Amino acid sequence: MTTLLIADHDNTALKDGTAKALTAARELGQPVHVLVAGHNARAAADAAAALEGVEKVLLADDAIYAHGLAEPLAALVAGLADGYKALVAPSSSNGKNVLPRISALLDVAQVSDVTKVISPDTFEHPIYAGNAIETVQTTDAKVILTIRTTGFKAAGAGGSAPVEAVAVAADPAVSQFKGEEVAKSERPELTAAKVIVSGGRALGSSEQFQAVIAPLADKLGAAIGASRAAVDAGYAANDLQVGQTGKVVAPDLYVAVGISGAIQHLAGMKDSKVIVAINKDEEAPIFQVADYGVVGDLFKVVPELEKALG
Amino acid sequence: MKVLVPVKRVVDYNVKIRVKPDGTGVDLANVKQSINPFDEIAVEEALRLKEAGKVTEVIVVSIGPAQATETLRSGLAVGADRGILVKAEGRVEPLAVAKVLAKIVEQEKPDLVILGKQAIDDDSNQTGQILAALLGWGQGTFASKVELGADSVDVTREVDGGLQTVSLKLPAIITTDLRLNEPRYASLPNIMKAKKKPIAETTPEELGVDVAPRLKVLNTTEPAKRQAGVKVADAAELVSKLKEAGVL
Ligand SMILES: Cc1cc2nc3c(=O)[nH]c(=O)nc-3n(C[C@H](O)[C@H](O)[C@H](O)COP(=O)(O)OP(=O)(O)OC[C@H]3O[C@@H](n4cnc5c(N)ncnc54)[C@H](O)[C@@H]3O)c2cc1C
Ligand SMILES: Nc1ncnc2c1ncn2[C@@H]1O[C@H](COP(=O)(O)O)[C@@H](O)[C@H]1O
Repeated sequence: MTTLLIADHDNTALKDGTAKALTAARELGQPVHVLVAGHNARAAADAAAALEGVEKVLLADDAIYAHGLAEPLAALVAGLADGYKALVAPSSSNGKNVLPRISALLDVAQVSDVTKVISPDTFEHPIYAGNAIETVQTTDAKVILTIRTTGFKAAGAGGSAPVEAVAVAADPAVSQFKGEEVAKSERPELTAAKVIVSGGRALGSSEQFQAVIAPLADKLGAAIGASRAAVDAGYAANDLQVGQTGKVVAPDLYVAVGISGAIQHLAGMKDSKVIVAINKDEEAPIFQVADYGVVGDLFKVVPELEKALG
Repeated sequence: MKVLVPVKRVVDYNVKIRVKPDGTGVDLANVKQSINPFDEIAVEEALRLKEAGKVTEVIVVSIGPAQATETLRSGLAVGADRGILVKAEGRVEPLAVAKVLAKIVEQEKPDLVILGKQAIDDDSNQTGQILAALLGWGQGTFASKVELGADSVDVTREVDGGLQTVSLKLPAIITTDLRLNEPRYASLPNIMKAKKKPIAETTPEELGVDVAPRLKVLNTTEPAKRQAGVKVADAAELVSKLKEAGVL
């Protein structure tokens, strides 16, 4: 039997999580097919075909798949599912949106946020904001997993899988795309970045957030993240929230500026390789996970840090 | 228009849970439990739709032990009209919860079901999407804005790159994200009044739903602990440490 990986892409390129979820998919020990459902998405399908360890790419190209709507996509995958033992997607907003819908159509219990494949039916995943790690074994005929991509290395290039067109499935016609606001940024994507500078409530305003966090991020070639408090207060965009209910990241270097280190924030960044915390309260819980802590006023320390970086 | 809001009783978000040393699970004895924060947001959204005159009745439903009555009461105390308790002990997985909810939907025929995007105990982020599929309805997950019309609802969703707006035919499913609204607090008089609001009781068996888990939990462990590091005196020392660590 075979594993089907549902690619996360923007019709042109694959999102970073796809190659990482592929690594998890390959650990299931069966050939992997990748489904690219999109519109004018040949380029994304070709990118998937070039990943190492992909046996075949299925391309479903139609306007109804242009925006990743869960209803038509789930109908498509449910129609393809007979040929597959396992269905896998990255735990991105798209994967989280569509995979449970597929699991319902197939009557299979999904395992969310898999961080480790123990065997083809047994997986580790975090619960309680990562404060417990559960090992679960599935008992269903199929396996459905979303993959926490911080747990897996990206699959390499070097594949040359064939791309095969698959027929469009009937659209359940209960949902329509109306519009989107995509944040444009020159910075690396949060979940793919090697360095992240995150700001918290202490930044005080969106102007100060920009004035303090952005230059440091520029210096480090970093992506910008934020705590929930900073996002709620409007200092940073929604999609920059790091944490239990935002994005989970694990860069080489995570710099937490004016962030206290609530359980929910730690859940999203505590697997970073090196953590730096800048906080004026030496009792702040963030220091319990930080490799290097600077106790001090961020408005003084951050500019000094920029200078020291040369 | 009727709105159904599923509310889950979970360990309070302020509690740092402990894993049992024998690996059999999380120690929930004497731990404070509250309504799942995302479900508070869901109740609030339903109440705002009611106050805007678009919705006539808000029903809260919980699947769980007898104590889930308290969770329902917290929904009733802020303004929900009545509650339904589906009594179930132990672990009920999202697929089973959604099957139970589908039966309640059959009975109550709501036009909208508003759930939380995730329960902060299992962190599954599945139930709303599963319920939508079981019912064949559209889904507006991770909602940061809801605009309810007569036969459709527009939902603005928090997605990885920004925001996406979808239009769903009614009836539909919505799951809430943090920025949808700020839930109100219950006033003392309303807490008292809520004690008189009706809560109906049923069971998965009565509804004809098999809630036996499909996943076997083999083991539960503590995550690897990070060692607290060192405090450095200033930015210059920090930079040299980071260079030593090879991340600069
Ligand atoms: C359901 C739910 C989900 C949640 N999900 C998330 C999530 O995904 N991500 C997340 O981040 N949070 C999440 N939270 C919120 C979380 O509980 C905290 O409230 C939040 O992380 C706090 O953000 P903060 O650290 O920026 O603010 P605070 O806790 O207010 O911390 C600010 C810190 O800045 C320091 N400070 C102040 N001034 C200065 C200065 N001049 N210089 C240096 N330091 C200074 C203070 O000492 C303090 O430690 C969630 C909460 C709930 C209930
Ligand atoms: N036992 C339950 N009782 C009522 N609602 C639930 C229950 N479990 C999950 N839900 C609803 O489904 C949402 C998502 O939960 P989950 O899929 O477990 O992350 C929650 O925010 C609730 O709205």
